Amino acid sequence: MVEVRDGLRYTRTHEWVRVEGDIAVVGVTDFAQSELGDITYLELPEPGTSVTAGESMGVIESVKAASDIYAPVTGEVVEANKPVVNAPELVNKSPYDEAWFVKIKLADPSEVDRLMDAEAYRAYLAETAAMA
Amino acid sequence: MAPRVTVLIERHRALGARFIEFAGWLMPVQYEGIVAEHRAVRQRAGLFDLGHMGQIVVRGAEAEAFLQHVTVNDVGTLRPGRAQYSMLLYPHGGVVDDVMLYRWPDEDGYLVVVNAANVDKDVEWLTRQRTEGRRWAVEIEDISPRTGMLAVQGPRAEAVLQSETATDLSTVRSFDVVRTTVAGVPTLVARTGYTGEDGFELYCPLEATVTLWDRLLEAGRPHGVVPVGLGARDTLRLEAGLPLYGHELGPDITPLEAGLGWVVKFEKGPFIGREALEQQRRMGIPRKLVGFQVIERGGIPRHGYEVRLAGRVIGTVTSGTASPTLGTVIGMALVESAAVGIGREFEVVIRGRGVRAIQVPLPFYRRGAWPSREGQ
Repeated sequence: MVEVRDGLRYTRTHEWVRVEGDIAVVGVTDFAQSELGDITYLELPEPGTSVTAGESMGVIESVKAASDIYAPVTGEVVEANKPVVNAPELVNKSPYDEAWFVKIKLADPSEVDRLMDAEAYRAYLAETAAMA
Repeated sequence: MAPRVTVLIERHRALGARFIEFAGWLMPVQYEGIVAEHRAVRQRAGLFDLGHMGQIVVRGAEAEAFLQHVTVNDVGTLRPGRAQYSMLLYPHGGVVDDVMLYRWPDEDGYLVVVNAANVDKDVEWLTRQRTEGRRWAVEIEDISPRTGMLAVQGPRAEAVLQSETATDLSTVRSFDVVRTTVAGVPTLVARTGYTGEDGFELYCPLEATVTLWDRLLEAGRPHGVVPVGLGARDTLRLEAGLPLYGHELGPDITPLEAGLGWVVKFEKGPFIGREALEQQRRMGIPRKLVGFQVIERGGIPRHGYEVRLAGRVIGTVTSGTASPTLGTVIGMALVESAAVGIGREFEVVIRGRGVRAIQVPLPFYRRGAWPSREGQ
């Protein structure tokens, strides 16, 4: 079973968001890492980059495939997780803790409310699995 | 159309496999994970379900002469109980398929093992050649529907298989094929493979495949054998510099371009595609397959990505991956012959960005050259 952590917000493209004041910490979910398999490469936006909710802000590649990382919220990247770029396998090992990707200064904190909570994301995964 | 499944589908599900559709088959792409399975094969051994691959029997009074005519390697040198890598060519020199040819150890006839994606095409091609120009006294039979195929590959493969057969496997050399019993199942055992490791490919009656699979996994447990999916099969063959049809080989790529000139035996006499290859040799081979290593960050080059030199497109990536053994990003590409040379650089275009790569010798990995094995 893949872990869906309570207290986080989720996108339909399988990013998670943890709100810390006006900062959104972003990563990909346990489901995403498990679907991708062994992750070998990450490309994250540099601090200072403006990102827009729903648009690609980076790339995640596994042995199998390459996927876009979508910005869950709009704002400015204030920090990117360098250690995870250098050790992308951390995404497989610790998707919710060590392998956060970026911290984004929220342009509009209410934007987070439009994302799924854990319960809604679990239902979304169940629906996705049923369709597969 | 729903994909076909092998007789081991429930075993794969129970082992927690993830599946992909490949050549019309639903096949396990990974169980535990591609990298873990890859390492298991390099260090211990892995078990593969190859039930999607095709097996075609060619027999009859003119079997040898017919195979000489339709394949590029010299069938005249293939003794009973031996295997030979070869190719079927179109008259224009492109590749119909790359195949493994086995001469039965104990009766007249040959087994041609072909790529899953090409089974129907190959059977049709061979059947057509049988009556093209003249009539050959051969019988061509697709036995894939009643044949199971497994592979055990890795340094512990012999020990694992030995525990399930009375045949002394130390007498079975590389590219030998013997008929024996494995786990009570009548099996054709060939010391061949597609991973760059020592190992065996096994052919058995379809209905006995599950027994063979179960017994080999069981016998392999103390040796650290794991089931391996198509994901690691691809990274293993790529490290070993082995071509994959549809990537390094195809109807528009000749064996000479693919660096497989050593397989083509011009001295054996006429064969389909020979004139085209001779002409290409005379005129110069326009492009060649090279191995490369990516030397800056930028991702993984994949099939179809452009290769550029000084801003000009000079070729195409045929395969690429993050190599679990080397810890670097590697690939193969077909590039203009003028740009070929070990140590020379070019760019592979990944998501629109030119990423530096350097040409390196193939294969990337050679068994024994890497101190990667666990224990003894």
